[in-house]
Amino acid sequence: MADTREFIQNLKDTPRNLRASWLRLGKPPQSDRERSQATFHNFFLHLQSVRVHRNSLRFAYSLGLGLILTASFVVLTITGILLMVYYKPSTELAYNSIKDIHYVVPAGRFIRNIHRWSAHLMVFAVFLHMARVFYTGSYKKPREFNWLIGLALLVLTLALSFTGYLLPWDQLAFWAITIGANIANSPREVTDALGITRWFDMGGFQKQLLLGATYVGEEALIRFYVLHIVLLPLLCGAFMGLHFWRVRKDGGLSRDLTKDAPPASVLGRSMHVFQTSPSKTYGLMAIVRGRTPAVGRGPDGTVPSWPNLLWAYGAALMFTVAVSLGLSLLSDAPLKEMANPAIPENPAKAPWYFLGLQELVSYSAFMGGVGIPTIVLLGLALIPYLDRDPRGTGQWFGGPEGRRVAWKSALFGLASVISLLVFTVQLGWLRDWYPKIPQLMITAVNPGTVIVGIYMAWSLWVVKRTGSPRLAAIALFTCFQMGFVVLTLMGTVFRGPNWQFYWWPSQWPVH
Amino acid sequence: MHEHRRGSRRSFLSWAAISSFCAAIGTALAGIIRLPKPAVLPGPQRIYKLGDPEQFAVGTRVKLETEQCCLFRDEQGFHAISTICTHLGCIIAVQEQGGFACPCHGSRFSESGEVVGGPAPTGLPWLEISLSVEGQLQLNAEAEVPRGTKFRA
Repeated sequence: MADTREFIQNLKDTPRNLRASWLRLGKPPQSDRERSQATFHNFFLHLQSVRVHRNSLRFAYSLGLGLILTASFVVLTITGILLMVYYKPSTELAYNSIKDIHYVVPAGRFIRNIHRWSAHLMVFAVFLHMARVFYTGSYKKPREFNWLIGLALLVLTLALSFTGYLLPWDQLAFWAITIGANIANSPREVTDALGITRWFDMGGFQKQLLLGATYVGEEALIRFYVLHIVLLPLLCGAFMGLHFWRVRKDGGLSRDLTKDAPPASVLGRSMHVFQTSPSKTYGLMAIVRGRTPAVGRGPDGTVPSWPNLLWAYGAALMFTVAVSLGLSLLSDAPLKEMANPAIPENPAKAPWYFLGLQELVSYSAFMGGVGIPTIVLLGLALIPYLDRDPRGTGQWFGGPEGRRVAWKSALFGLASVISLLVFTVQLGWLRDWYPKIPQLMITAVNPGTVIVGIYMAWSLWVVKRTGSPRLAAIALFTCFQMGFVVLTLMGTVFRGPNWQFYWWPSQWPVH
Repeated sequence: MHEHRRGSRRSFLSWAAISSFCAAIGTALAGIIRLPKPAVLPGPQRIYKLGDPEQFAVGTRVKLETEQCCLFRDEQGFHAISTICTHLGCIIAVQEQGGFACPCHGSRFSESGEVVGGPAPTGLPWLEISLSVEGQLQLNAEAEVPRGTKFRA
């Protein structure tokens, strides 16, 4: 009898016990101690520290860009899996399956729009995030390596975008694959000119690897599909984990260590001095300053991560979803005519973020598609190792002098790239003046390499005048940003049929 | 941990263990990289029969879309110029006023396929034309001939 009663009692208590076994704390955290436990007793939350610096939560400092990027990656993963339910990766079926998703599948158009808009948001935010980290000097010691991981994530984001718009197998997709594969092939522009392609054919190897065939067809589509849905997202997820982990291990978001920390909030009270209790290990609870646990110092302007950081996560996710939803309601993801290998579109334009590159490629395939991007990535990767001056970390532009240099460099960068483009459009380039000129000359000297040279010279001049590698880095980075913006605008707005200059798309000749 | 003497049996064994580990990983990586590089490159055989030579009158200048070339016939004979841009592989347009223009990045070529403007690194290749056994005009789009080579049917 007693056994039966116990059984019934246990059955009655099961919901309560289930809840207690699921939530380790069992109730919403009340004290700071419980808030710490809520964080480090939870698998999903224990990646972050239990206390977060007030500065890290300042919107005006981080602009929430890292969180927006994470949120858009989550949105893209979910909508991507949903799209995979209907998408068929075959040259025969891909286009119509996208049409089905757009016109027949319930909520298909909406999900596809969200996927497309959050992808655009991710690309946009990744550029802004890099600029934020750069201008606040957040790449400096001990965060140099995390800057490199961030660069890998930038490349992965762009690769995901590129492989993504190839999949519908419309005109944009087909000609983008063709152009992309031939950019991979473009080292031949140099090896052919040197006559060494027979022994060293980097370009041909890369093209084979991407296309898997001598033409753009089924083999290529499957390869890009595998890249887009498996390899690149896995790599992206792995690098994101590494990136977050390093953010925490390198001491949280960068901040100005010369300023006095604001008071920490402990037990709801602001405290400047933290009384240590001899029986507790504060280092593990991450409530002390610095990279290594140090007991006996103030808790340095921190507040509990629960709930303060969770509010920030929620806000970033809400913002990302709201922007993607809003844009999805306003504008549909494009789908051009079905792929036609006989006739490219005129002009055949990539999405906005690649149009700067397309403008560079229109000077020289190898330099614009391989050479200059490599130079830019190498330059970005070297920044934290060339600028070792710890001053100015955590301040926008590292102070008023940096702000002045940034403004001057922005003006210089704009003026030089615009005048170079005006020159090129008005007067042409080497081949228009010397039709017999060897290709290697054009590969080496074209508007793309000239603008890179001008920007490098400007930055060298700044370092010579000021003696500060930090200011030189600000000068170079700002110039390249201006170059990127102007070239992107040039490709987006001012290039028409046959890649000729037009003031506005309405002036394009009508066929 | 003991310090092993140089050349001792233990140091040799640990050296052998580490190198066999590296060799195993290296071989596995080589296999991983080897797989995606195709041994056979699928693709259409780009040899086309264009029909009776006599259906192309002297003065013919026609763009062939499947064959991706432009076929010419003049007094000296036939020649065909590829319409695949040597820059990044777009299909170039045959212009009415003579010459070729690429819609993608603005490369321009003369009537004989030489680069006259834009980013194309080389001129358009001239393709091999021959007569098939049954007397049809045959285009081999995979074989290049020197510029100026004309075929007399």
